Amino acid sequence: MTPQDARTEREPDASGDGWILKLYVAGQTQRSIAALENLKAICDGHLGGKYKIEVIDLAQNPRLARTDQIVAVPTLVRKLPEPMRKIIGDLSNQERVIVGLKLDQKPIN
Amino acid sequence: MATTIRSPDTAALRLEKCPSGIDGLDQITNGGLPRGRPTLVAGGPGCGKTILGIEFVVRGILRYGEPGVIIALEERAEDLIRNVRSLGYDLDELIESGKLVVDYVQVDPFEIEENGEYDLEGLFLRLGDAIDTVGAKRVSLDTLEVLFSSFKNLGVVRAELRRLFQWLKDREVTSIVTAERGEGALTRNGLEEYVSDCVILLEHRVRQQILTRMLRVVKYRGSGHATNEFPFYIDTKGIHVLPITSAGLAHKVSSERIGTGIPRLDAMLQGGPHRGSSILITGSAGTGKTTLLAHMAHASCARGERALYFSFEESPQQIVRNMDSVGLSIGPCIEKDLLRIVSARPTMHGLETHLAITHQKVEEFAPDLVLFDPISNLTDVSIDSDAKSMLVRLIDFLKDRGTTVVLADLASRGTEKTDIGISSLIDTWILLRDIESSGERNRGLYVLKARGTAHSNQIREFLITSRGVQLRDVYTGPEGVLTGSARASRESEERVEETTRQQSIERMRRDLAAKRLAVDAQIEALKAQFTAEQNDLTLRIDQETSRLREIASDRKSMLTRRGGEGPSNEPGGNGLP
Repeated sequence: MTPQDARTEREPDASGDGWILKLYVAGQTQRSIAALENLKAICDGHLGGKYKIEVIDLAQNPRLARTDQIVAVPTLVRKLPEPMRKIIGDLSNQERVIVGLKLDQKPIN
Repeated sequence: MATTIRSPDTAALRLEKCPSGIDGLDQITNGGLPRGRPTLVAGGPGCGKTILGIEFVVRGILRYGEPGVIIALEERAEDLIRNVRSLGYDLDELIESGKLVVDYVQVDPFEIEENGEYDLEGLFLRLGDAIDTVGAKRVSLDTLEVLFSSFKNLGVVRAELRRLFQWLKDREVTSIVTAERGEGALTRNGLEEYVSDCVILLEHRVRQQILTRMLRVVKYRGSGHATNEFPFYIDTKGIHVLPITSAGLAHKVSSERIGTGIPRLDAMLQGGPHRGSSILITGSAGTGKTTLLAHMAHASCARGERALYFSFEESPQQIVRNMDSVGLSIGPCIEKDLLRIVSARPTMHGLETHLAITHQKVEEFAPDLVLFDPISNLTDVSIDSDAKSMLVRLIDFLKDRGTTVVLADLASRGTEKTDIGISSLIDTWILLRDIESSGERNRGLYVLKARGTAHSNQIREFLITSRGVQLRDVYTGPEGVLTGSARASRESEERVEETTRQQSIERMRRDLAAKRLAVDAQIEALKAQFTAEQNDLTLRIDQETSRLREIASDRKSMLTRRGGEGPSNEPGGNGLP
């Protein structure tokens, strides 16, 4: 993924139903790769195809860290549905990610 | 930033400094903060940490042309920009001109959930980006403490902070990192553990509802620094630290005398107090301290010198008016800017702030004479020992500059003790006291102490007339010291006595002359009588002599007639029957 994707992803929010998840990482570290893998696994299991993950590499475009107030990496930001939620870490505890993103409460359509 | 290559030992000896641009701080730190290294600024809430950090960066841009970055973790960028506008800094303008980046780093612990391993690389990247954007040489981080409450994994926070400070050093930016003051420790979260080059502590104390701010350099590795607590204040121009040091009695000494404006007082002091000395004037209420001070200020202005008058009781206008009424016109001195009167209620600031303002005004105006009226009011805002230490520093500071200092002090009636107990610091001590007798209250003046001067030991009566202060000799006699009308009446009595005496002397002189005349006349008379008698006797002697001659001639002729013998028988004539 490239940072440019981050700018084009705003359109789907009109649907109200799609999930937009942003994963902020700093370079291709073991931790960021693990975080992405963990996230994909969780989403595939709970959201079917109705999600979009964007990986933003702050090492390449550090200014984007200001937009979503990123300090820790990796940070997962749930842009949609509202309200915005943030989870930091490599998402190794899948159960807690599910609770944290409230994936269990959102019916899958 | 680009460090020149030096041999390791000289580099260690000569730590390069980065002038903070903060008034006074660079003097305390002998040149500024360690260049290319972080400095920790610790202090409680509201101590001025944030402003110190911002001013460091802003002054860097404005004075030294060093671009900067402000990372705010507590305050929103907009709030921060608005807040510092009151200090006269337009951050927006600096941002637009590409010399400053303000980044608000918001970390809301309620919004964030932690899951697995993480680090704070995001912060590094943001900081790095900000530094690169403007080519920053100065960074302010306010305050990293927030990170400790934002993240649950404190091990990560600590490790990352350690890395951050090392990273800042590697980037060779001079930075100020602020931290909250902790209980029993310098900072709440022990940030001093990571920043070991320079630590500055800010404190504020509230005593009797008055706030005083203090700054202390706790540590400065590889550099000498002043270790005392220094007062500072924040005004519309930013932070002012007062590099007040107790100058170790090494100030230059002048033997020049300066007039007090009262000729007789100068005479009592062998020509007046020394230039650059300290003069204390104590007296109870209404003994004329202010008038005396105004005289000295006026005399200074008359010499074309500058005087700075701190009044803690009266407004400038009030002093001018009151002095006009005793014939002392100080208004023109003010107009010529030879005299400045600074009026402030003592309770307006803490003691240290007063000291600070005094310093600032003195530096600004560079006066030859500084007057305080009265210092006793400063004790209102402090405990005595504080006021004393302040005055010691103040007098030292002024003496060091060669400035003459005059302190008025309200003393309890008749005491020879200053309330603050600073008499040992004083070179010349003039005591004004009221002398009460025969239903009158009069003023007396005497010199209690005058270092290096054979001063008069006399009490003088101190008169405030419509033509200024006048000193009169007091009457001392068997009835003690008399002043006022008692003195006047005693003086008039003495005048009468004197006249009487003089009159009697005249009379006796006249008698003597008359006697001499009489005697002379007698002598003349006797002489005349003698002359008369002498003539008379001479005449008789002549008559008798001629008579005797006649008798002898008669006898001879008779003998001849009788046919007697010749003249050879004449001696035998006696044998005749």
